[in-house]
Amino acid sequence: MKAIVVSFGVGLVFAVGLAFGGMTQASKVVGFLDFFGNWDPSLMFVMGGAIAIYLPLFRLVRKRPLSALGFEMGIPTRRDLDPRLIGGAALFGIGWGLGGFCPGPGIVALASGVGMAAVFVASMLAGMVLFRIVDHLRTSASAVVGGAR
Amino acid sequence: MENFTPWSSLLGGLLIGGASFALLFFNGRIAGISGITGGLLTPKANDVAWRVAFVGGLLAGGVLMGFLRPDLFTYTVPYRSAVMVSVAGLLVGFGTRLGSGCTSGHGVCGISRLSPRSVVATVTFMATGAAAVFFANSVGGAS
Repeated sequence: MKAIVVSFGVGLVFAVGLAFGGMTQASKVVGFLDFFGNWDPSLMFVMGGAIAIYLPLFRLVRKRPLSALGFEMGIPTRRDLDPRLIGGAALFGIGWGLGGFCPGPGIVALASGVGMAAVFVASMLAGMVLFRIVDHLRTSASAVVGGAR
Repeated sequence: MENFTPWSSLLGGLLIGGASFALLFFNGRIAGISGITGGLLTPKANDVAWRVAFVGGLLAGGVLMGFLRPDLFTYTVPYRSAVMVSVAGLLVGFGTRLGSGCTSGHGVCGISRLSPRSVVATVTFMATGAAAVFFANSVGGAS
């Protein structure tokens, strides 16, 4: 129960942060990515401010096996680079620059009533489902090709 | 520089950083929106409620801020049709799942953990994002 309340509260504050940060205004996102044109560096302060908090506090808790509410700490451990990471990031970036939204701001803007955000979120969910289908097909195909058990 | 808003952006960043850390500290979870949302599409037992609550919080925040500060929610980017935004959404949805993260998961949490994967991912999506904006501006005319 406490974890649910925490999650909701975190989502709420996160949304407020995204809004004040400017992430929910596609024009600010595009302005930030417009390195070669009319550059608006504002979003750098969003990421910078967030890292300024998270980085030092993370170091305090990273060795703990359990969270304060007793859950296993789900800190990722992979450090290798692979084509999926880079390819996925590349595709995500293109979408971010074209639409001006990334997942969080899209959801928040949707709730605030921005019509384009609804278009974005719907197609984002479709894209996530599409990935799941494609990935599943690839995994099944290689299992078949790899030989019978 | 146009429309530079360092203070409100910094405030936003501090709130995001604090909220993200709270999720780790209390729940042991990484505040990566694409991961949290994506995990809802492949629900596992006992792993759904907190995700629904988180997204619920995002939505509640959106309703609240949309009411208090509608000026923070304008969509005024030129040359973006609904078709283009749909394609953009597909790319974001597919790409974040393939690449295991987005601006929150990689850009904030991952970089803070000094994860080489996240640093590379962030540099990559910033670069292709810049390229996309450059081409959109070239094709559509300067913004």
